Amino acid sequence: MAVLTYRDALNQALREELSRDENVFLMGEEVAEYNGAYKVSRGLLEEFGPMRVVDTPIAELGFAGIGVGAAMTGLRPIVELMTWNFALLAIDQIVNAAAKVRYMSGGQLGCPIVFRGPGGAALQLAAQHSQAFESWYAHIPGLKVIAPATPADAKGLLKSAIRDDNPVIFMEGEMLYNTKGEVPEEEYTIPIGKADIKRAGDDVTLVCHSKTLSVALKAADKLAEQGVSAEVLDLRTIRPLDTEAIFASVSRTHRCVVVEEGWPFAGVGAQVVYEIQESIFDELDAPVLRVTQADVPMPYNRALEKAAKPDPDRVAAAVRKVMYLEA
Amino acid sequence: MAATVTRSRKESGVSEETAREWRHWLRQMLLIRRFEEKAGEAYSLGKIGGFCHLYIGQEAVGVGTLAALRPEDYVVSAYREHGQALARGMSARSVMAELYGKATGCSKGKGGSMHLFDASLHFMGGHGIVGGQIPLGAGFAFSAKYRGTDQVSLCYFGEAAANIGSFHETLNMAGLWKLPVIFVIENNGYGMGTALARASAITDLFERAASYNMVGVVVDGQDVVAVKAAADEAVRRARDESAPTLMEVRTYRYVGHSMSDAAHGTYRTKDEVEEYRKRDPIAVLGAQMREAGLLNDDSMAELEKDVMAEVLDAEKFAEESPEPELAELTSDVYAPAGGL
Repeated sequence: MAVLTYRDALNQALREELSRDENVFLMGEEVAEYNGAYKVSRGLLEEFGPMRVVDTPIAELGFAGIGVGAAMTGLRPIVELMTWNFALLAIDQIVNAAAKVRYMSGGQLGCPIVFRGPGGAALQLAAQHSQAFESWYAHIPGLKVIAPATPADAKGLLKSAIRDDNPVIFMEGEMLYNTKGEVPEEEYTIPIGKADIKRAGDDVTLVCHSKTLSVALKAADKLAEQGVSAEVLDLRTIRPLDTEAIFASVSRTHRCVVVEEGWPFAGVGAQVVYEIQESIFDELDAPVLRVTQADVPMPYNRALEKAAKPDPDRVAAAVRKVMYLEA
Repeated sequence: MAATVTRSRKESGVSEETAREWRHWLRQMLLIRRFEEKAGEAYSLGKIGGFCHLYIGQEAVGVGTLAALRPEDYVVSAYREHGQALARGMSARSVMAELYGKATGCSKGKGGSMHLFDASLHFMGGHGIVGGQIPLGAGFAFSAKYRGTDQVSLCYFGEAAANIGSFHETLNMAGLWKLPVIFVIENNGYGMGTALARASAITDLFERAASYNMVGVVVDGQDVVAVKAAADEAVRRARDESAPTLMEVRTYRYVGHSMSDAAHGTYRTKDEVEEYRKRDPIAVLGAQMREAGLLNDDSMAELEKDVMAEVLDAEKFAEESPEPELAELTSDVYAPAGGL
């Protein structure tokens, strides 16, 4: 297998799908001539031309809606948001049009579109540029929400997202773009809605996604030194949620900690905890805990920012708590 | 009058083609008028729920613009779209049944008054968020250009929607990318209860086209012939030159913003409404047709009868149609597995 960065894995997925289906096109700010604000679309303008790799003005609401309109006619737009923070300006089109047109039309029209870009915090970007919005979109029936953590998952899931007949929210990570991992050489896709065990373990299940996979893996390393065997379950898709995989793992470990970048109130973890208590309450040996971003706007100061983010120590502390070990 | 009626068409100077068109437009406008009156009545009886925005007074706008389109072109509108749906060729039955929320409605009872759709006629919906359909209309035009077809897109919105961000963002891109789209501002003077002059720094809205390097035109929305002529030119520009147009059509709604609102009161006077009724689009075309010997009292009465029969049939159909199955609650949220 080739070792690729997350960025290049996404670039391959875009290139392959643009080659495979002429109804697929990419639009967004700086995607063409500039090669992408984060270089995910590098080289695509040259290969596919300006009709299929389209630079837009800074007008998120407008170009998101133009994408939705194009999708309603059967094209398969990929709309790049420079970051998901800016998608707040486009959310009317995502929530009120893309997610609802099939239902409102009684099934006559679909909206096969992908909205993608980096979400969550990077480093010291402060309050307006550091937000993880997975739970916002996962709240909406009609949308699918994907947040891959590894290059291989990013490529396989982006290809599935582009081929999906529904509007898909695809959340990447600025801090993930340079991370490397093995990616299969041959053509492949990864099904939407399937979680993946990234590390097997027996004593506790760490449910994570996107950037918190690396936090969970580091916590699992620390815990291993203390004789605790943690299973790391990467959700990969937030909606539809792979409850089967969650239940299977927690039914074996009987303990669970959910780790996410978003805020705690009505977050992704809240849904995971609800599903567990509803379906496998009797399997639990301890309450399920969550490790989230602090319930504050992200501060700029480096030390304050660090304190706001989920980290391996906080995860390990939560695990010791659900295992009733000394802190 | 009898002399006028018996005057030959040749003498009247109106071609067979024009005569056919005018008769068709008169019938469409009258159908919309009577349909909307019936919808208002059914709403008052509690047979139609939710919001219900009537098109009474604005009939010439939908009829005149849609007459300029081909079947393969795209149409999208806001929530005051019953009239445009009918003018596009959707049956009074399917529209009325949708207002009643019945399974036989054009959107299977899931959309209601604000969300009429007919994919087969490329009627891409009524949309309920002010200005939300403006980028969609440009998106259909983008798609046509992308696929290399000569389809055009007709996008309706009210004058109050010209103040929302999506208007600026979309018209800029439509001008920048030369999209084959016609933006139709249905200027009925009021955004709910706010007069245009109280909401917009300029009131000649077509002049905003200059900011987007596109042609802007203004037309009398109570004269269906004038609306059709302006629409023809805009459609030609879109189809032949792939160039957008901003078309401001000045019209008036006789009724309140929605069925929940009074026709007049704090924001406009009864006298004003009565004044506008004097230039009723149906009467304007009717007079022109009488002048040309194409209409008399008898033929008008015949037309009224014919239109009322269609409206009553639609009402009966809606009344008698079944409610959607409860299983419909959860269908159409996602695409069925295996494709559209």
